[in-house]
Amino acid sequence: MNTVNKPLIVIENLCKSYEDAEVLKNISFTIREGDLASIIGPSGCGKSTFLRCINCLELMDSGSVTVAGVTVSRTKGETPSDSLMQKVHALRTEVGMVFQSYNLFPNKNLLQNTILAPMVVKHMDREEAEELGLRMLEKVGLKGLALKYPSTLSGGQSQRAAIARALAMNPRVMLYDEPTSALDPELVGEVLQVMKDLDSEGMTQIIVTHEMKFAKDASDYIIFMDKGEIVEYEDGDILFAHPKNDRTRAFLRHFVNAGVTC
Amino acid sequence: MKKYIVIFALIAAIFASPTALFGNEAAGEKILRWGGDSEGGFPYMFPDPQDPKKLIGFEVDIVDALAKEMGRTPIYVNNAWDNLIPGLDRNLYDIAINGLEVTPEHEEQINFSIPYYKTYLQLAVRRRDNSVKKLDDLKGKTVGTLKESYAQQVLEEVGDIKIRTYIVEANTYEDLANGRLDAAFFDQPIALYSAGFNPEIKFVGPPVGELKYAIALRKKDKELLAEVNRAIVALRDSGKLREIYDRWNLWTPVMAAEFNDFDPPKVEPERYNEWAESHRPALTFHKRMNRYMEVMPLFAKGALVTMEVSVVAMIIAISLGLVLAVTRVFAPAWIAFAATLYVEIVRGTPVLIQLFFIFYGLPSVGIKFSPFWAGAIGLGLNYAAYEAEIYRAGLFAIPRTQWESALALGMTRWQAMREVILPQAVRVVIPPITNDFISLLKDSSLVSIITMVDLTKVYGQVSATYYDYFGPGIIVAVIYLLLGLPFVRFAHHTEKRLAEVEKEGRHGRRENIYRSSTRYVR
Repeated sequence: MNTVNKPLIVIENLCKSYEDAEVLKNISFTIREGDLASIIGPSGCGKSTFLRCINCLELMDSGSVTVAGVTVSRTKGETPSDSLMQKVHALRTEVGMVFQSYNLFPNKNLLQNTILAPMVVKHMDREEAEELGLRMLEKVGLKGLALKYPSTLSGGQSQRAAIARALAMNPRVMLYDEPTSALDPELVGEVLQVMKDLDSEGMTQIIVTHEMKFAKDASDYIIFMDKGEIVEYEDGDILFAHPKNDRTRAFLRHFVNAGVTC
Repeated sequence: MKKYIVIFALIAAIFASPTALFGNEAAGEKILRWGGDSEGGFPYMFPDPQDPKKLIGFEVDIVDALAKEMGRTPIYVNNAWDNLIPGLDRNLYDIAINGLEVTPEHEEQINFSIPYYKTYLQLAVRRRDNSVKKLDDLKGKTVGTLKESYAQQVLEEVGDIKIRTYIVEANTYEDLANGRLDAAFFDQPIALYSAGFNPEIKFVGPPVGELKYAIALRKKDKELLAEVNRAIVALRDSGKLREIYDRWNLWTPVMAAEFNDFDPPKVEPERYNEWAESHRPALTFHKRMNRYMEVMPLFAKGALVTMEVSVVAMIIAISLGLVLAVTRVFAPAWIAFAATLYVEIVRGTPVLIQLFFIFYGLPSVGIKFSPFWAGAIGLGLNYAAYEAEIYRAGLFAIPRTQWESALALGMTRWQAMREVILPQAVRVVIPPITNDFISLLKDSSLVSIITMVDLTKVYGQVSATYYDYFGPGIIVAVIYLLLGLPFVRFAHHTEKRLAEVEKEGRHGRRENIYRSSTRYVR
């Protein structure tokens, strides 16, 4: 586990509730530059909410998130001020996010999907943006489909396009919310491969996933969450072989029983 | 950007056309701006059957003679008969003349000149009907008359008569001839010009009541009133008025007694004869077609007005509608509430009332629009409420995940709205908005009530002139259909093109639409 690189994401005392349900209970965690972290846990454990709190798609109730030096912090009951929202906005430009259902813009072709945010947010001129967009599409192996529309693509292609779209903003960290859950099994590999490639380039990535094999083999470490808390985090091989916590053990047993090779 | 310039140029061209403006006059020239209804009916004023662009009638002749006597140039302003008196207060014109009866109710609102014509009510029945000889014989029968007229009051006083009121005189006599009515009861000139030449109808009974027609003026225009009165007296004394009445066959014993002039007519009733000639039933097919061809330019002009009002109203509606919708969805609660209130009020009240209010009501608080702008703004404000609801549905049709991905890419809410949500919402709303435009095209017929001569108004004028609602009705229906057709096609085309764009990328057209994205690929 990497302890050498400097911390890129620092999360402190993060709390989030929906009405009465406490979804995240005072989480603090640090992710270092170049880490590939997988988050696993039973459904409803808060792992997606945790991920969405990192780029403030869900604004925390209290606590703070720092990404690449930009800090968004909030005390309990505080109404989000304009300056807070400006920080949120600044933070989001450092963070790329990929969704389970791709969420590509259906009215735009892949190239247009990729260049929209650089042009709108970074005011890049069209020529530069298109060059960048094509480079990103090439990176995920979709250069030949640049003029296709999302509805004509397979799930794997769509998800890779979504990754290219996020990469075009040149983020410091990529977040993936169950990126392969909606895919046919034979298409999962091509998406995971893109993430492995990015890892070898040194991209910091956090993945909420059910792909245990990928989590174990590719991640630097696995974060196991349950009931709104981080129960333990550990190198994949160690976690699977010798889980320290009973809850981790109970969760992993499902996968062993189901015949998943770990 | 070029596209927008062309659109704006088009709009500018529309506004520059003369229908959008009041007539203008040369400086220094004394004018007599007079209001009447071109559908006011024969023989008062009506479009010339030989040349429907020309307004004729004995009252038109009187105004011409009057203006000459006063040394002024007459300028005609068209207004619906019901609104002739409100139109005075709006300063649309300075005098109103169109069979306006001198009644105490009218005299409360305006001043009348001395009467220029005196007449009576005439009862008419079917030729073979011998059961009616006088008013009292009408008890238990169905009688047609003009809406809110003196004749209606007289019938109500008799009692026990089923009264059917009409706006178009010609319809009454048609209903009498084909048995829907037992009698028709109208001012004598109307009766004469509607049925005097109709072999199926006869006039019965003595003259009933007394009707005086006079020119209406604003209460405050006392000097003009004196000027008009002097001119009328001069015309009467010089025999010029009598000559007009003779030519129109309107010199009756009542008038003889009124003017104390019992000489026989000195001129032929040529105007009446022309009228009777062109209205005798049984017109050949060929003649009828020729007549329709002659009025085509009128229909074309009306269609243009209809189109202009509709396009401008729609531009107002889709812009304001968007603002309303975005406000309702995103603005702070109290502003959103105001937008909701607007939508509910506008949708919950008749557009006819709204048009009346804007055209006749607002001037009393100092806001005054030309008929064109009153119509366009009225319809635009009305349709904005409907468009707002369509936009709102369109905005809600875009999944929340589209918002999330736009925000996650670092866009602000406004950028996400503008770049991601609206373009998709617009595609959803194009078909329903196009539908609305077609319905607006038809609703624009309401502007005829605020003095605009649109397609529907032309239909009324032409039909009343020729006593023919059939052929012109079909022509007008076809024109409305043709006006709407391009928009139906447009809706289809957009729907299809957008669906295509999302599907397969192989069509050559695509490369044109998305020109800028093609350079790098293969």
